[in-house]
Amino acid sequence: MISNIPALHFLIVGSLMFFIGVYGFLTRKNIIAMLLSAELMINAVAFNFAILNRYVFPVHLEGYFFSLFIIAVAAADAAVAIAIIINIYRNFDTIEVEEVDDMKY
Amino acid sequence: MGLLLPLIIVPVLTVIVIAFTRTQHQTRMTAAIGMGIQLLLSVNLVIQYLLERKTGNKAEMLFRKSWVWFDSLNIKLDIGVDGISVAMILLTGIVVFAGVFASWKVKNLSKEFFISLILLATGVFGFFITIDLFVLFLFYEMAVIPMYLLIGIWGTGPKEYSAMKLTLMLMAGSALILVGILGIYFNSAPDGGALTYNLLEIAKINIPLPAQRMFFPLTFAGFGVLSALFPFHTWSPDGHASAPTAVSMLHAGVLMKLGGYGCLRVAMFLMPQAAHEMAIIFLVPTGISVIYGAFVAVSQKDLKYINAYSSVSHVGLILFALLMLNKTAITGAVLQMVSHGLMTALFFALIGMIYGRTHTRMIDKMGGLLKVMPFLGAAYIIAGFASLGLPGLSGFVAEMNIFVGAFQVSDTFHRVLTILAVSSIVVTAVYVLRVVARLLLGPIEKAEYEMIEDGHWYEKFSTGLLIVAIAGMGMIPLWLTDMIRDSLDPIMTKLASSI
Amino acid sequence: MVSGIIGTLVLGTITVLSYFTAWQYFFTDGKVDGAYRAITGFNHVWLTLTESLHIDLGVLLDPISVMMLLVVSTISLMVHIYSLGYMKGEDGFYRYYAFLSLFTFSMLGLVVATNIFQMYIFWELVGASSYLLIGFYYKKPSAVAASKKAFIVTRFADLGFLIGILILSFFTGTFDFAALTNPSGQVLGSIAGTSFIGLSVLSWSMILIFMGGAGKSAMFPLHIWLPDAMEGPTPVSALIHAATMVVAGVYLVARMFPVYAIWAPESLAIIAFVGAFTSLFAAVIACTQTDIKRILAYSTISQIGYMMLALGVAGYGGEAGSGFTASMFHLTTHAMFKALLFLGAGSIIHAVHSNEMGDMGSLRKYMPVTAITFLIACLSISGIPPFAGFFSKDEILAAAYTSQPIYFWVEWFVAGLTAFYMFRLYFGVFWGKKTEYKHKPKEAPLSMTIPLIVLAIGAAAAGFIPFGDFVSSDGLAHEASFHWNIASLSILIALAGLALAAWLYLRESSRPEKVAAGFKGFYTAAYHKFYFDELYLFITKKIVFELISQPLAWFDRHIVDGFMNLIGRMIYRFAVAVKRFQSGQMQQYAFVFVSGVVVLALIILIWWT
Repeated sequence: MISNIPALHFLIVGSLMFFIGVYGFLTRKNIIAMLLSAELMINAVAFNFAILNRYVFPVHLEGYFFSLFIIAVAAADAAVAIAIIINIYRNFDTIEVEEVDDMKY
Repeated sequence: MGLLLPLIIVPVLTVIVIAFTRTQHQTRMTAAIGMGIQLLLSVNLVIQYLLERKTGNKAEMLFRKSWVWFDSLNIKLDIGVDGISVAMILLTGIVVFAGVFASWKVKNLSKEFFISLILLATGVFGFFITIDLFVLFLFYEMAVIPMYLLIGIWGTGPKEYSAMKLTLMLMAGSALILVGILGIYFNSAPDGGALTYNLLEIAKINIPLPAQRMFFPLTFAGFGVLSALFPFHTWSPDGHASAPTAVSMLHAGVLMKLGGYGCLRVAMFLMPQAAHEMAIIFLVPTGISVIYGAFVAVSQKDLKYINAYSSVSHVGLILFALLMLNKTAITGAVLQMVSHGLMTALFFALIGMIYGRTHTRMIDKMGGLLKVMPFLGAAYIIAGFASLGLPGLSGFVAEMNIFVGAFQVSDTFHRVLTILAVSSIVVTAVYVLRVVARLLLGPIEKAEYEMIEDGHWYEKFSTGLLIVAIAGMGMIPLWLTDMIRDSLDPIMTKLASSI
Repeated sequence: MVSGIIGTLVLGTITVLSYFTAWQYFFTDGKVDGAYRAITGFNHVWLTLTESLHIDLGVLLDPISVMMLLVVSTISLMVHIYSLGYMKGEDGFYRYYAFLSLFTFSMLGLVVATNIFQMYIFWELVGASSYLLIGFYYKKPSAVAASKKAFIVTRFADLGFLIGILILSFFTGTFDFAALTNPSGQVLGSIAGTSFIGLSVLSWSMILIFMGGAGKSAMFPLHIWLPDAMEGPTPVSALIHAATMVVAGVYLVARMFPVYAIWAPESLAIIAFVGAFTSLFAAVIACTQTDIKRILAYSTISQIGYMMLALGVAGYGGEAGSGFTASMFHLTTHAMFKALLFLGAGSIIHAVHSNEMGDMGSLRKYMPVTAITFLIACLSISGIPPFAGFFSKDEILAAAYTSQPIYFWVEWFVAGLTAFYMFRLYFGVFWGKKTEYKHKPKEAPLSMTIPLIVLAIGAAAAGFIPFGDFVSSDGLAHEASFHWNIASLSILIALAGLALAAWLYLRESSRPEKVAAGFKGFYTAAYHKFYFDELYLFITKKIVFELISQPLAWFDRHIVDGFMNLIGRMIYRFAVAVKRFQSGQMQQYAFVFVSGVVVLALIILIWWT
């Protein structure tokens, strides 16, 4: 059943997810929304790893492992990011990304 | 350990010990003792050198030692000295020792001050004993960089500006030198084989002419910046004016000589054909330096500016003499390095002491100081006489070598430049006597100057040491000139072989 | 006080030694082949310059150096003794004697130099000690200015000297007098042939060397420092600025005389002209000055002009060389009477505390010893027989007459002027108006009068020395022929000058003003020294300082340094422009990053596939 679906379709879904993430990351001003977009990109990559592993090297398992690692890292990543966001909120009273530019030149 | 390695180790040890001292007195005593040992080592080196030469040792460099440092690039800590470097080491020993006493009363952060000062001295000593180009450059940078801190922290007036300007211009010079040195390195084996940084090894081969043409001007100009070559001299007045006493002494006295030494040892010695071709081009700015520095000094009002421009003129004479490419003139150049080092150190020491008493360096605000400070005043007059080339003091010996040497080059261009350079002695007399008259002679300008005390023991010691050295060199010059002349033989052979 | 006594004792020893040397040289060693040999006592290399050129320090004895040894040590001893009284209680007494000894050392070193570079070395040292001594009263601004001026003017002249030496040594390859002044002169052959702008290189170098001599000897137009140098203590003026250092230029020319006479006659002609002109010029100024030391200073310039002229008209050897002998003779007698005049003036100043003639008069009643010795000196310098000056001046006039009569008439006229201004001084100070003194002037102490008396004996009797036996251009004895016609002419004009001075100044009268008014314009010009000081001030102040130095300093600060700063500022501007890219907007960075990736990806896709 799954093998009936061509790889291209999965890749299109992965790419869509990734570029939606990129678009969100570049345009949303809310940091949490940016974090969500980043998570979307990460998941798109993990998805692609799994798909390509299944279609290109079916006997190997590295792609799956990588996906698992990415999921673990993304979890840690989200924790750190939310900690940062909370701190930003405490210091700036906002989570708008454009307000946080104290490190410029 | 040999004779040379202690010259680097002693200052480093002194720095380490200073880092653990607690009071200002401990700090300066440590510095004085360390640099005293250093001076003794330098004197001992001179004696050992002369004795070794007397036994008939004709090697280019004596007391050679070598340690591999970075094998794959063939960088070695390779040390050895000839008469020229011995003379410069003696000069450095004297000036640094005198400089420690001149900064006896540094008020804030005296520990850090002495650490930087002695690190600088380490760089200078290292520069003079090493014959590996890469290590030479390393020590050169080590001498230049503490200068930034020394001026920026302990200076006076617009010190940050001056420190920045001085460091940036010298860094630009170093960049040129680095390119030059790398150029020499990559051309050091034109027939194949291992590349080398070793001066003596490189001197044995001929660097290909196109490479010489490319890297000689870079190296010469790079070292020239440090020797205040016109028009890259403007760091000197500002830098010297802002620098604390001992730093001015060391900088004008020794550091500017690194430039002349580098021009001779690296640029001219290794790239003689290009030196012959391009001497004429570089003679013009050096000639301008000589006469221009002297004239500008005439109308300055700040003692340190006067002296800085006077240094531009005198150090210009060093490069001028080097480019005459004959033995007498180059001997004169090396003598001038020693002589100018001593007398300008004396000048800056005295200016620092005068400033400490009158709180101004403007000559028209002072007058009649000889009455209240006879010792320092007399010392200033002696320094002035040395500067205008009075026989019996060091300046005369150097200048006569330079002038006679320069006159041996007999085409019109060189003649005209030489006569111009000779006439700088009159201008020198004008500004020296103008300062002496305004500063020391005449009636006392302000009532508060009546209270001024003559030098303290440490100040007298510092100036006395330099005066003895100046007079000694001026009265008994023969051993020094012979030492330098003999050591010039390999350089002259190399220069002559390339015509 | 101790310093003075030590200095005097040492100098006494030196004087005895030089007289002993002279005795040995002239009478015990004697002549070889009718000529005195030049003996090189010792000669050590002091500094090696090139393979052939090296500076030696040594002692050369020949008639003129031995003569100078006597003159220098005698006068210096007298001045040392005199100063014990004159400088008593002065601030810096020890310093004074230290400088005086330094000067004597340098002067003796100059005199016995074996080579021209040794001479240059000591030449500079005498210049420096002269600087120190002129500026001895360093709290007085005029003394400071005078010392500075003296040093810089002579330094400028020494520049010529140095370049002359450089040229000479480049072509001959030696500094040695023995080689250079050898009349057969192989070393000079080549250089005399090489020419540069019409004159041989040798002549050029000799002219430049003479420039050094002219500076030290205060020849026109480098004379301006000498009158100002009178700011120094009076004994110093007697020693340095009358008897010894200022004749160093004459001595230099005499030392190189064979070169001048045989190889560079053009430069000798210049010397003669400069000497004659200077003697006339200075004598005219001397007639109008009122400061007694300045009168003596101009008189010194004038007399040195005589010596230079005598050298200038002389030739090498035989009768033609009589000018050489005359010059050296005049140098010796002049040292005696001029030192005496200055020491006498010092004694007057010591008593009256003023330099101005206007403050003096009738002093003969208070200071008999000074008055008599001063009179002897005046008679001597005016050329009245049988005093020393008569003989030496007569020889100069004779030499000028046989060589170039025009110079004879100039010098003859100057002799009259000399008698006039000297007796103007004498009558004005010791006779003339009755002056009321606040403190009654009294005769100087013994330490000051003894040197006066000793020198007076010299000034009176030195003329009877058969000078030609000892000193001549080629070393062979040469009998000075006595020319009655010339002698009578010169006595005549000297007496005329004396009489004129007596008529004007012996008694107080209004005659001097009338005469001065008669020559109004000329008198004012002469009184202001023909505005030479102003000219020099213009050159140094306006041209060197304001037209060269200050614009250069401005150029350095604003153009050269400005350019360096401009580079720095441009880098800064660039940084300001570029820093906008660091906006702090995270999404902007991310956008740039993503577009970069996209562009790279496109590039790879297009080019790699």
